Amino acid sequence: MTLSLPPQTSHPSNLQPEGWLRYLSFSLDHKVIGLQYLVTAFFFYLVGGALAGMIRVELLSPISDFMPRETYNEVLTLHGTVMIFLWIVPVVNGGFGNYLIPFYVGARDMAFPRLNAVAFWLIPPAGFLLIASYFIAGAAQSGWTAYPPLSLTTPAAGQVVWILSVLLLGGSSIFGGINFIATVLKMRRPGLGMMQLPMYCWAMLGTSILVVLATPVLAGTLVLLSFDIIAHTGFFNPALGGNAVVYQHLFWFYSHPAVYIMVLPAFGLVSEILPVHARKPLFGYTTMVYSILGIVFLGLIVWAHHMFTSATPPWMRLFFTIATAFIAVPTGIKFFNWLATLWGGKIALNSAMLFSCAFIVHFVFGGITGVALAQVPFDIHVHDTYFVVGHFHYIVYGGTVFVVFGSIYHWFPKFTGRMLNEPLGRLHFLLTFIGFNLCFAPQHWLGLNGMPRRVAEYDPQFTLLNQLSSVGALLMAISTLPFLVNVVWSALAGQVAGDNPWNALTPEWLTSSPPPVENWKGPAPLVTHPYGYGVPEGQIDLKAVSGLEIWSEGR
Amino acid sequence: MPIPSAIVTLVLGMILVLSGLWVGQNVNLLPAAASTNAPLYDELFAVLFTIGTILFLGIVGLLIFSLVRFRRRDGDLGDGVAVEGNLQLEIFWTAIPAIVVLFVGIYSYDIYDRMGGMIPLADPHAMHGSMGSAVMPASVEELVTQDVEPRLWGGIGSPGGTEAGLLPVEVTALQFAFLFHYPEGDFTSGELHVKAGQTVELRMEARDVIHAFWVPQFRLKQDVIPGQPTVLTFTPTLPGQYPIICAELCGPYHGGMRSTVVVHEPEAFDSWLASNRPATLALTAPLATG
Amino acid sequence: MTILTSIPDPSPTPEAGALAADTEHVDLRMFGLATFLVADGMTFAGFFAAYLTFRAVNPLPPGAVYELELILPTLNTALLVASSFTFHRAAKELKQSRNGACRLWLLITASLGVAFLAGQMVEYFSLPFGLTDNLFASTFYALTGFHGLHVCLGDLMILIVWWQARVPGRFTPEHHFGVEAAELYWHFVDGIWLILFGILYLL
Ligand code: HEA
Ligand code: HEA
Ligand code: CUA
Ligand SMILES: [Cu+2]
Repeated sequence: MTLSLPPQTSHPSNLQPEGWLRYLSFSLDHKVIGLQYLVTAFFFYLVGGALAGMIRVELLSPISDFMPRETYNEVLTLHGTVMIFLWIVPVVNGGFGNYLIPFYVGARDMAFPRLNAVAFWLIPPAGFLLIASYFIAGAAQSGWTAYPPLSLTTPAAGQVVWILSVLLLGGSSIFGGINFIATVLKMRRPGLGMMQLPMYCWAMLGTSILVVLATPVLAGTLVLLSFDIIAHTGFFNPALGGNAVVYQHLFWFYSHPAVYIMVLPAFGLVSEILPVHARKPLFGYTTMVYSILGIVFLGLIVWAHHMFTSATPPWMRLFFTIATAFIAVPTGIKFFNWLATLWGGKIALNSAMLFSCAFIVHFVFGGITGVALAQVPFDIHVHDTYFVVGHFHYIVYGGTVFVVFGSIYHWFPKFTGRMLNEPLGRLHFLLTFIGFNLCFAPQHWLGLNGMPRRVAEYDPQFTLLNQLSSVGALLMAISTLPFLVNVVWSALAGQVAGDNPWNALTPEWLTSSPPPVENWKGPAPLVTHPYGYGVPEGQIDLKAVSGLEIWSEGR
Repeated sequence: MPIPSAIVTLVLGMILVLSGLWVGQNVNLLPAAASTNAPLYDELFAVLFTIGTILFLGIVGLLIFSLVRFRRRDGDLGDGVAVEGNLQLEIFWTAIPAIVVLFVGIYSYDIYDRMGGMIPLADPHAMHGSMGSAVMPASVEELVTQDVEPRLWGGIGSPGGTEAGLLPVEVTALQFAFLFHYPEGDFTSGELHVKAGQTVELRMEARDVIHAFWVPQFRLKQDVIPGQPTVLTFTPTLPGQYPIICAELCGPYHGGMRSTVVVHEPEAFDSWLASNRPATLALTAPLATG
Repeated sequence: MTILTSIPDPSPTPEAGALAADTEHVDLRMFGLATFLVADGMTFAGFFAAYLTFRAVNPLPPGAVYELELILPTLNTALLVASSFTFHRAAKELKQSRNGACRLWLLITASLGVAFLAGQMVEYFSLPFGLTDNLFASTFYALTGFHGLHVCLGDLMILIVWWQARVPGRFTPEHHFGVEAAELYWHFVDGIWLILFGILYLL
């Protein structure tokens, strides 16, 4: 069996450092960049989680006793900003996107490798800038939404650093988005059609469209906000004749689509994981694609549902109620299609699958509370309360973070060539699942009964539930231990996985694990049915062979 | 065996719907209902809760069933059935959420309308953004005695007509307190006192940053914004004391920015009003007649 | 149904040569630039939306409503529109291998850009209001300033390609990404100005 090397290797990969040093350098390899994103983002997850821990400690008692009130506001601002801009967005877009998309389109790298590296290397300085502001000048205190005039009156240094940091992260996100659009649309291997792409490509395409359309608006808005702070203009300052609510419109024009930037890639990842472990084709490929596009479109026109109490005129509230609630339709399609994917399969209930299924449970719950929030009369009671905090943690944590963990269990063998330990993985799942629900389920009741968000002190009648919630957070913190142990130990001494331990059909598995620098030693395989599981008898025996063998023997 | 499975599905569906209805009717997650809005809100809540429970239990039930029924048995390395889609099914589960959402939307619109949320605000420019339809609501002018009416930006407007019993209160929010000014007696209070059964119209504006006025027992919230006066109209029903909570992050003491609303029996309110009125004023309040 | 319609054959058959096409480097830089300009355009769209909303709902204090002088901005508009045509001409010359003419037209374009910026400066200094005077003033400077920044960048790009083009063969009729990119960017900046001029001066 002879392996032919590709005729020309055009990339200057030989100039790149070798070995683990690659991961600390300005590497142009999409797989290295993907892992750089993953590890960096996970670091910031620990930081954001530690900040969440501080929040939950403060809320153990109804009085403000653990830290000064200013510090509480700094901590909650940093927690929101770090979790969103430094953990979720980089990990599901940059991390998995960079690693997987070139494989899925049959390319050897992203469309713009250099831009890609730049996009990644914007993140660590932005993150450290943000965190350093806490120690040097005091961090921003106005929440992750930074509503003026509050953000104009709190100490300026922290707020300006916050703006600078978010601008850098936004820039990184836009560069990434441009890269993904170009890669998915233009770098496809000859012969590979759009409707033959794995679903994650579509998810990333939709996400990137949102990034390109929405993020610049946030950037512009924050520039204006910084003018208000530094140059004392009055765009958003009513005292100088400005309009504070316009900021909210512009902010949410980005930040509502941002929630789909955080969750669409997770939808894509789930669509990759479920068929493999249920051994069935992804149900309803075409409707899945259209529902992604539908979510992208609707996502751009629903922003004012965050502003039902912000003096918006009645017709506007009505429009945004209906538009928002309709997002349940395309999203629902995806969930029912996933259920149908599981139906009649041969489901391996391993850690990847457990996390994915828990995602379905949590997201449906958070989605239903979301549709309730979209109803103006409902929202005017629970807006800015712990009900909203419950809603979005169910979605961002119970949804996206669960998918991230599931995906790590699924793709770890690809990254490293070794399996993660399964019992430890189940322990991790169990602790996270219990801790998560214990932490966030009670918050819905708190919100309904009168606990506003962003407070360091609260009515003593809520003490018990807050303490329960803090115990849940503690469990979540503990649950990261088995995970970290698992990852480190398995990477060094885990069971060797082989090239395709799951017998998957998507192209990233049809090469060695970990993959070579240009992804395939030979030409890229053309995979037109990435979900062609459940083949009738007589076709290839997928159990017996690994992907590498399939292509290297020419079938 | 198509018939038995259809029956099973039907029975399961009925159990699901019934348990959803039961939950919606019997699980009370809300605080006391103390304004005319609250029962409307609770009605909406029960409906949303019912629908939500049915959907959630149904989907989770289906998921758990699949995970158990279709789990991979030891040693079985085969694949599942190769179904890639089913157009009818997909249309079905596009239609169901669409219908549910449409129903919920119309229903909540109705609720909101009954809460007074669709009443045009006392503002010639209230329709800003929708070009050219600057309608001047004539009815409101009778309610106000001032010459220049400040523009109102949002909130829940007052019902038209001249119901005698409208109690106007001017609310000022500042870091970190609410001030309630009663034009009727020209005095200012740190607590809000209102009369059960009498409609209250809060005219709200902030001095410094954005705050929000929230009374959980009234199921009402409205941002109080500097430079953009808002209005909030409601009718308290249940006498008692309830917390007023600032719900918009407004600085370090945001969590401590609280006050109390006291809903009086009609007589008690009148005497409270009288006792607070500056002594120089004659006690000829037209409002005293409930 | 086949799952993997084509597993490439690693032995060097004729087919393998065709499949090797996937390693050929496609030039996507123009596509990337266009996508970036969409993003950039959204920044402007945000500013425009903010300006229009301010205009519609925030009454200015008395004395803050200005009748903007129209002569200079109109002249500036003419300059910028003309510069789009001159740039187009430069690209055309290049495509016909007339390097010298191309450079000349590039220089003319750059000068028009500089003239625009100068006109903008003159206008800034003759205006009766400053950045922080009122909402309109702030928005006016923010919008025109942000656009002016783009003109500066565009001018810089033009000068760079003009400088690069002095080496014969640096840009060929087929391969002249630098010129193409600068041109697209310039047209974009031009288009934005037209919208800006419309809503800021004419509306
Ligand atoms: C990943 C993040 C994410 C996602 C995906 C969503 C998804 C949704 N969100 Fe959420 N949301 C946030 C993150 C997210 N949200 C955050 C962070 C905030 C707070 C911001 C802040 O103020 O700090 C917030 C706040 C927020 C508000 C404002 C609340 C307030 O401040 O008063 C609203 C109101 O409409 C809302 C609605 C929705 C809706 C309708 C969806 C929908 O997309 C959900 C659709 C999904 C489903 C409905 C489930 C699946 C569907 C079916 C099974 C079909 C059948 C279902 C029905 C017929 C109902 N969200
Ligand atoms: C993707 C987003 C994301 C994620 C994953 C989380 C995760 C968590 N969040 Fe967060 N949260 C937000 C996004 C997110 N949050 C946002 C946007 C806000 C709004 C902010 C605002 O109002 O402006 C918010 C607000 C918010 C509040 C409300 C604060 C308030 O309004 O006063 C609370 C309170 O309970 C909370 C709790 C938690 C908890 C317990 C977790 C847990 O799930 C975290 C679990 C993880 C860990 C516990 C990490 C474990 C590791 C360690 C502890 C090791 C120690 C580390 C080092 C030594 C470096 N969050
Ligand atoms: Cu005032 Cu919060
Ligand atoms: Cu939203």
